[in-house]
Amino acid sequence: MIQAIIDWFGSPVGLSVLFSAVKILGVFSVLMFIVAYSVWVERKVSAAIQDRCGPNRVGIFGLLQPAADAIKSFLKEDFTPAHVRKTYYWLAPAIVMIPSLLTVAIIPFGSLIGNEKMIIADLNVGVLYTFGIVSLGVYGIVLAGYAARSKYPFIGGIRSSAQLISYEIAMGMSVIPLFLIAGGLDVQQLSAGWQSLLAGTSGLNLNRLVTWQAGNGWLICYAPISFVIFLAAMFAETNRMPFDMPECEQELAGGYNVEYSSMKFALFFMGEYASMTAAAALMTTLFLGGWSLPVAGLNQPATTIWIGLIHIGIFLAKVCFILFMVIWVRWMWPRFRYDQLMDLGWRRFIPLALANIVITAVVLWAKS
Amino acid sequence: MQDALFYTFAFLTLMFGFLVIANPFSRNPVTSAMFLVLTIISLAGLFVLLHAFFLAAVQVLVYAGAVMVLFLFVIMLLDLKAEERRKIKTLGVVGGLISTGAILAIFLSSLLKAPLGATQSPVVEGGTVALAKLLFTQYLLPFEIVSLLLLVAIVGVVLLSKKDLK
Repeated sequence: MIQAIIDWFGSPVGLSVLFSAVKILGVFSVLMFIVAYSVWVERKVSAAIQDRCGPNRVGIFGLLQPAADAIKSFLKEDFTPAHVRKTYYWLAPAIVMIPSLLTVAIIPFGSLIGNEKMIIADLNVGVLYTFGIVSLGVYGIVLAGYAARSKYPFIGGIRSSAQLISYEIAMGMSVIPLFLIAGGLDVQQLSAGWQSLLAGTSGLNLNRLVTWQAGNGWLICYAPISFVIFLAAMFAETNRMPFDMPECEQELAGGYNVEYSSMKFALFFMGEYASMTAAAALMTTLFLGGWSLPVAGLNQPATTIWIGLIHIGIFLAKVCFILFMVIWVRWMWPRFRYDQLMDLGWRRFIPLALANIVITAVVLWAKS
Repeated sequence: MQDALFYTFAFLTLMFGFLVIANPFSRNPVTSAMFLVLTIISLAGLFVLLHAFFLAAVQVLVYAGAVMVLFLFVIMLLDLKAEERRKIKTLGVVGGLISTGAILAIFLSSLLKAPLGATQSPVVEGGTVALAKLLFTQYLLPFEIVSLLLLVAIVGVVLLSKKDLK
């Protein structure tokens, strides 16, 4: 029996299952670590900006604060108000978490370790899958607002659905020029390492985008307008300041999560930071060259395990940089008014994104 | 494995689809809408099994992610308490049964004509590149006509939402 299981893991199918399981476990734990500590960074950065100390009681520099917070949310009373719709009230916090966990599955977080690609699912529809999953993220918030059966959470949920729908369009359109620019990648002319990385890929695959950026420079230099639109849409999609309409504390007393307490409330919080991390990872891949770095030969797929690990480190460093920036913006910028937000999305970003596509296409056509 | 997945997704699609229109536990429109979302996602699973990855992704992106969110938006803004208490009308049930029966008859007649059995399954080109090539060469005209339909819908919405026409 045990021998049979060992043999099965030795077979090609068993090996791929084993490697996938290891990668999923690794990505999940790193994601959860980043979620826990970005909350800590958020509190420290806000404290520094507002001339306070921030968390400093638990561990050195308050480094154990996330653990203390976790224990606190588990031990608090899980109170369910009598007037809520029970099923949706229980489902909503879980639904908030799922999309961000699914998004990271197709992000290439490294090049190769051995012969194994450092990506959980190497999909050819890559970026479309991401947008499909991201668009499901709205349900958690909408249902939380609906489940509460009270005014403020409901307004938060309604605002959120309108906001996410609006900015998804701009976000999706801002990515099209990237694939127009990088679409002409000729895999046949690349070295053997690249060919093994890109075997069987086509079209919208994210690893191809990274490959193109490693050879030609980061896409942020080629498509700066796309970058600006994507960045703004990312803030809106993850409900971060200056676009955190669904939860705005002053008007809605916290928005969709008013009726929640203890671990369910914490899940909304974790969901927000997980989707921030997923969006930062996507942005790194699309605009900042993914795991590649144009120094010291780090622009090639790894041939040794050490370089493979360094690539993962580079990727994580870029993600952390974006997260830091997102956190910083929150404490520097006041919130938009709701009508300004919709106006910005529909009347500024969408026409700009459309013009960006046309201009990119014309320039590429003129060059060819 | 493939067969098991097909039957799972097919069963889920039918079950969720049934729960959209006839949920024995709740007559809440929001619940129906959420089951429609689940139906769409199971349908996307069936597309994946056909290797139509692009269609699967677009199915989730457009229908589950955009259209259904707007549905939900509208349902929540309208007060549909009356809808929950409404009795089912005999005329509606009879009309529904007749139209479903007619569609079923069409399906069955074409199924009976089709040569089913152990034939070579066609190679499905479901990738984005293949689909894009077909859309922009062979099916260019139908594709453009469909986009005209969308334009008509947009103009219609603008017309309806303007309170007084000048």
